Order: sequence, then structure tokens, then C-alpha cells
Amino acid sequence: MDLPEDAGQLEAEAVRRDTRDRWLMSVPALMIIFLAAAGPLLVMVIYSFLTPGDYSGVKWEFSTNAWSSILVQRDIFDDTLQWADAHLTIFWRSVSLSIITTVLTLAFGLPTAWFISTRPPGKREFWLFLMTVPSWTNLLVRTIAIQELIRAEGVINNVLIFVGIIDEPMQMMFTNFAIGFGMTYVYLPLMVLPIYAAVEKLDVRLLEACYDLYASRWHAFTRVILPLIKPGIIAGSILVFVPCLGAYVVPRVLGGGKNLMFGNLIELQFGAGRNWPLGAALSFLLMVIVMIALIYYIRITSQERKDG
Amino acid sequence: MEAQAQVPVSDADPTPPADTSDPAAEIAIDARRISKVYRGEDEVRALDNVSVTIARNEFFTLLGPSGCGKTTLLRVIAGFEPPTAGTLWLNGKDITRLPPNRRPVNTVFQSYALFPHMSVANNIRFGLEMLGKPKKQIDEIVDEMLNLVQMQAMKSRRTSEISGGQQQRVALARALAPEPEVLLLDEPLSALDLKLRKEMQIELKRLQHETGITFVFVTHDQEEALTMSDRIAVMSAGRILQIGSPQEIYQRPAERFVANFIGESNFLDATLSGNAVTFRTGGTYEVERPADVEDGAVSVLLRPEHAILSSDPSALPATVETVVYSGEATSIHTRLDSGEALKVRVPNAPHSGGLPEQGAPVRIGFAPGALTVLKD
Ligand SMILES: Nc1ncnc2c1ncn2[C@@H]1O[C@H](COP(=O)(O)OP(=O)(O)O)[C@@H](O)[C@H]1O
Ligand SMILES: [Mg+2]
Repeated sequence: MDLPEDAGQLEAEAVRRDTRDRWLMSVPALMIIFLAAAGPLLVMVIYSFLTPGDYSGVKWEFSTNAWSSILVQRDIFDDTLQWADAHLTIFWRSVSLSIITTVLTLAFGLPTAWFISTRPPGKREFWLFLMTVPSWTNLLVRTIAIQELIRAEGVINNVLIFVGIIDEPMQMMFTNFAIGFGMTYVYLPLMVLPIYAAVEKLDVRLLEACYDLYASRWHAFTRVILPLIKPGIIAGSILVFVPCLGAYVVPRVLGGGKNLMFGNLIELQFGAGRNWPLGAALSFLLMVIVMIALIYYIRITSQERKDG
Repeated sequence: MEAQAQVPVSDADPTPPADTSDPAAEIAIDARRISKVYRGEDEVRALDNVSVTIARNEFFTLLGPSGCGKTTLLRVIAGFEPPTAGTLWLNGKDITRLPPNRRPVNTVFQSYALFPHMSVANNIRFGLEMLGKPKKQIDEIVDEMLNLVQMQAMKSRRTSEISGGQQQRVALARALAPEPEVLLLDEPLSALDLKLRKEMQIELKRLQHETGITFVFVTHDQEEALTMSDRIAVMSAGRILQIGSPQEIYQRPAERFVANFIGESNFLDATLSGNAVTFRTGGTYEVERPADVEDGAVSVLLRPEHAILSSDPSALPATVETVVYSGEATSIHTRLDSGEALKVRVPNAPHSGGLPEQGAPVRIGFAPGALTVLKD
């Protein structure tokens, strides 16, 4: 009767050793995570509760000013509290442009991914390759190229005037349109690639089963294709939405000095604004917004899956 | 049995259905001179001038080796592949150009192709919803189908959470639910183990009987074809070699390929003259003369179980080479004096004994009608 107990002890011992080994092996990974993510995050939180230095940097005096000044500011003349309109405008612009960009990249990306994955097997790599060619060029250079397209004497305006559709150049530079256009172009591959991966895995026989069971093209798409490639769409949306929120180069070049986005606002605090605590608070806020948005997004999409 | 299994042509209309402009009411599927060429790097003629009529409420089987075009013919009937030439008729209507979602034909796919993101019940609902049936009626039919395939207990499971045999039954229920005119089944049992396969064979026969739906069943397993079918079409290299009841196909194969593919066979060289054949070892026997074979050298089929060890002096002289015991029967491999091999299959009696030993001289006879003259 001792035997089972012994066996149990041996097993427990083995499990213990196993757990310890696994811990040991993950030490390097944990160190990297701490140094690269948790550490800077901690610095950021601490800085956001300090006072701005006179020229730049921080003074080691506790203050919640950075956090409160995100939403409200004191009028310089009559000392009353006012909403920080400029910040709210920038938040709103960042969020709405990011959503619009995500929707647009999805609208263009889904057909593109479908097109690529329905090419004969040997030809798909070629199209994927074409998709990635633009990313070989520096982002700034690509953004300036877009500027060449849409500025007042740019290609688009010149062509439209030449053809006679418009008489005067359209103002496209330094508008929200310019930012959305640029971000859609820049982030399109990030939408196409995960959707392509999902569509490629799609079993064509399921489509045949659909048509065999009297489905129209529309129903085949909404009832079978869409639910099955949803993980790809979710991944693509996250990959586009998150960097859009923090985008810096595109709004800077195409939006000009007036149409700032979140990323530019943060950069401003560390540069000309000389308000590191506010910059740190804004960065942290951006991260929290992204996290809440992601959790919400994953919640609703997995909810649907349960109902289906 | 024979009469029931033959092509039902109504007595009033003696012309073959394939040629009538007003097709007989009993014909479900009428494929006329269908060819299918896949154009890829090299052309593949997957179907070569195939004509076949399938009666309503018939269990019709396409039998043939892998790559002979069975799946292609099913896909042409389902509407997934447009034929390169020929026309396809369903219940007297030309459906050659009709897309698959408008054909009252459903398929049980070889891989089942169940929707992985839906429950068992929702898979079965799908076709009914696409047809726009009222919800109450859909619920009833789904319920009925779940009972029919005995999957009621698993209706809310994901299709990935059930076994292969259960997936097979769901695929069947999903295809039967919209009450198609014709059900196409592409090797539906090939992924199942032997015991389950035998059970499902009986199950399928029962379902076909209960629903009264025309089944077109594809298999490369000759035994499965023989046990399940009303009629069988034997295919090879894109052509249909012979269509007939299991008995006709087995006992009167039209070609050597058919005889070889179905059951075990002995082929003997002989000379045909009138209504008799003469073997190389000597011996002349009466045969049923096929219409399209000329006098001269022919091949004669003798099934091993139709051959008997005989003491009749007119039987064929041979020498025993090997004796193989296999439970219900014993196979005796012999060599005729002409050098040709001939296998005799003797059923084992309760007190069997007296089987010849290796090297023993024997004489091999056969019942009248056991010989079939083949066109090569
Ligand atoms: N989509 C296709 N493209 C090219 N050739 C094909 C295609 N499908 C089948 N074939 C060829 O057609 C022939 C018949 O195939 P199939 O109908 O699948 O045979 P079976 O179902 O009897 O095994 C085979 O030679 C096969 O290689
Ligand atoms: Mg096949």
C-alpha cells in the first residue's frame, strides 16, 4: 500500500522540479520584459507626477498638475478654470481619424487580400511581395511623396484641372482628409497581411457547401466567409488602429502645424512645450485608451462568436 | 430483384429515355454525352462522352478506381464544374447552365465540409434558412433530421467536438434537410473504420428507403457498391464501361476491366465459334454469345467460386499448386495443362476434408452458364 503514495510523492517532486526549471528558463525573458516595458512605464508614471523643470526635464516635486491640465486649464488672465479645448479636439481627431483609417484599410484590404489568396499558388508570393515593396522606403519619404500628390500644384490637382473637372486647385494639404489618406496608404499592408493569412486558410469546399445549400453570394460572404476570417480582420484592425492613434510622422507632414494628433501633442511636450510631466501623463493616457479599446473590441467580437 | 433494378422505362414509351424529348416521369437525372476537360499545364480528359440516366428513388453507384472521373461527374451534376460538352437534365429540365445554389441537388462531401463555426443544429438549419423557409417549419425539420441520424443529444455541439462517424451523419442530415431531388455522396464512408463503415452502409440504405430521395453514391470499393446499389456504373479513365444491377455487373461483366475490378476472376484464352468456346487445353463448351464479339480468339471469365473440382472426364485437367485456407472457404490455385493459372474457390463444409494436396492432378468443371465471353 506504500507504493501509490511513493508514486504520488515522486510525481509531486517531478512537477516541482519541472516548475522550477521552467522558471529558471524564463529568467532572461522576464528581465527583457522588465527592462523594455515595465521599467520605462514606471519612469513614465513617476514623471507624470512631478513638476516641469525650468528649461526641460523635471523637478522632483510632487504635483498632479500634469494630469489635471489634460482636461482643464487655468485662464492666464482671469484665473478661471476652462476645458482644455485644444486637447479635446486633438483626442477627438486622433480617435476618429484612427477609426476612419481602420475602416478604410479594411474596405480596401479585404478585397486585396481576397484577390491575392485566389491567385494560383505560385503567383501569390509575387503579389504579397508587391504589397510590401513600399515599406522598403523610409516612412518620411513616402509621406512626402503623398504630399507631392495632393498639394495645390500636385499631381492630382493638376490632372483634375487639365481634364477640366475643377477650375481651381482643391485644398487637400493640411486637412484631416490628408492625414486619413496618408495613414490609409501607410497602414494598408498591416491590414492585408493578417486577412490574407486567414483567407488563405479558408477551405474552398466550405464555399462549395454553401452554394450547394442554396446560399447566395451575399449569404456565403456574411454567414460563412466573414465569421471564418474574423480572427484575421480583428488582428488587422488592431495592427492598424493602435499605431494610428499614436501616429506622428504622417500628421506632422500632411496635417501641418494646426491638425495635430495625439503623437504630435506628446512630442510637443518634450520639445517646445517643455512640459515633460504632461508628456508623460499623455503617453500613459494613450496607452490606457488603447488597452480599453482593445479589451472592448475583443469582448464584443468574441461575444458574437458565442451567439453564432 | 433483376426486374426492379433495371432502368425503369414506362411500358407506354418504349424509346430509350435519353432520346425522348418528353422524358419519362421516372427519370431523375439524364446526362447526355458529357465531357469534361481540365485545361491546366496538360489537358486532362476527366469525362469522355459520358451518358447515363438515373431513375427517381434509385440508389445509383459510380464505381471505379481512383482518378477515373467519379468526383468530376458528381461535381458536374452538383453544378460546380461546367461540362466541356454535353447536357445535363433533371426531371426533364435542362440544368446544364444552372448555378449550384439553384439546383435542387445536395452533396455529402468526401471531407464532409461542415461549417466549423456553427453548431450541429445550425449546420443542418443552413440550407433551410437559405431557402427562406418559415422559422417554425425549420425548427421542425431540424428536429426531425436530428432524430433521423440519431444526433439529437449532440445538437448544440461544435462540429469539431464530435467524432468522424458523427460528423458524417451531420453532413448527411444537412444535405437531406432541404429535401433535394437528388443526393450526391462522394465516398462518404471512406474515412470510417471497417465496423462503422458496415453500420453506415445499412444506415444509408435505410435513409434512402425512408426519404425516397434519389442517391448517387460514389465509391472505389466494389464490395460496398455491390451490397448497397440498385444499379452500378463502372467507370474507367473518364468513361462508363457498363451500367447494370449488381448481379449483372458481377455475373455478366461486359469487359475484362469490369470483371477484373469486381470480385476475383480467372481469365482463360479460348476460340469462339458460334455458340461455343474451345479452350487451349481442349474442351468445347456452350456459352451465351455476346452481340458485339466476332468469332476467333476471345477471353473467357470464370469466377473462382463458379469452378468446382470434378471427376467428370470432360472437365479441364490441371495440377494443384497451392492451397490457401481462409475461414469460410478454401482457395485452390491450380495450373492447367496449357500453362494458364486457374483459381478454384471451395466453400468449407463443417467436416471438410479430402481437399487435394499440392502437386496432385485434378479436373476442374463448372456449372452451365458459369462462363462469360468478354470483349477485350
Ligand atoms: N481541378 C482539376 N484540375 C485538373 N485536373 C483535375 C481536376 N480535378 C480532377 N482532375 C483530374 O481528373 C481526373 C479525374 O479526377 P476525379 O474525378 O477526382 O477522379 P475520382 O474521383 O474518380 O478519383 C484525374 O486524372 C484528376 O487528376
Ligand atoms: Mg474522388
